[in-house]
Amino acid sequence: MAGARDLPPDEVLVQRLRDGDEETFVLVLDTWSGGMLRLAMSFVSTKASAEEVVQDTWLAVFKGISDFEGRSSLKTWVYRILVNTAKARGTKESRTVPFASLVPEEEGPTVDAERFRPPGEQHAGHWAVDQEPRDWHIPEDHVLRGEVREVIAQALDELPPRLRTVITLRDVAGYGSEEVCSLLEISPGNQRVLLHRARASLRRKLEDYLSGAQDVAVGGDERGLR
Amino acid sequence: MDCVDFVELVTDFLEGALPDADELRFIEHLAECSGCERYLDQFRQTIAATGELTPDRISPDARQQLLTAFRDWRQQ
Repeated sequence: MAGARDLPPDEVLVQRLRDGDEETFVLVLDTWSGGMLRLAMSFVSTKASAEEVVQDTWLAVFKGISDFEGRSSLKTWVYRILVNTAKARGTKESRTVPFASLVPEEEGPTVDAERFRPPGEQHAGHWAVDQEPRDWHIPEDHVLRGEVREVIAQALDELPPRLRTVITLRDVAGYGSEEVCSLLEISPGNQRVLLHRARASLRRKLEDYLSGAQDVAVGGDERGLR
Repeated sequence: MDCVDFVELVTDFLEGALPDADELRFIEHLAECSGCERYLDQFRQTIAATGELTPDRISPDARQQLLTAFRDWRQQ
């Protein structure tokens, strides 16, 4: 994350890339390739394919840099090339799902219905007994934080491709809603649905992991109920 | 608003996308329900933790090939 802030402004980057400045190329290559790899994984089936997409994208970037008009940020332009390259490749691997409409598994509740009191019962639709989220504690310890990151990385990899694409762009790469909608050609509403499902799924995985860790550490002394 | 509805509106709320009346009901519910307050807080923590993911790296070979390609391109 710190790396992104160290980059010079776009005008400088673009000029230096056009001049063939290798140091600048190495800088953007090393700063952006990781995020690009994750994003490419949303469209193709293997890490090897994703890596080829990233490579093809960089080739297209420095060959096309003289045509870059600065209408978007350089990074958005690069990501756009990546998405197009990855989509073309994903189609060949028949993995790409069009973004235009939601598919059935992207509808329905994001929290297990069992966790709420059923219709007809008193306080129907409210958290059922012992089912409301319990306090969790994300450890500050460096090693344990690394474990939490592992849990999230794993959960991210297990998401359906479209959910993974949206959450990767929004929450990992830090893009705003408008940029993501335009990059993926989806409506703001659909983008929020996909993002919400992805986040809810990650929260659930984190809950499983942290509550497992906590039962050992704390026991059940504090219920935290109102 | 019930908890079962609240949990589906969290991203819309965080994005500022809820219509005014719904946002009001969302906040009213939040103020009264510790379970949902915690759900929202955990959602935020999940987003923050996701933002800390260290990106994968491309392989040294791929990186080297790109540097070579860059040098070739520069010399054209």
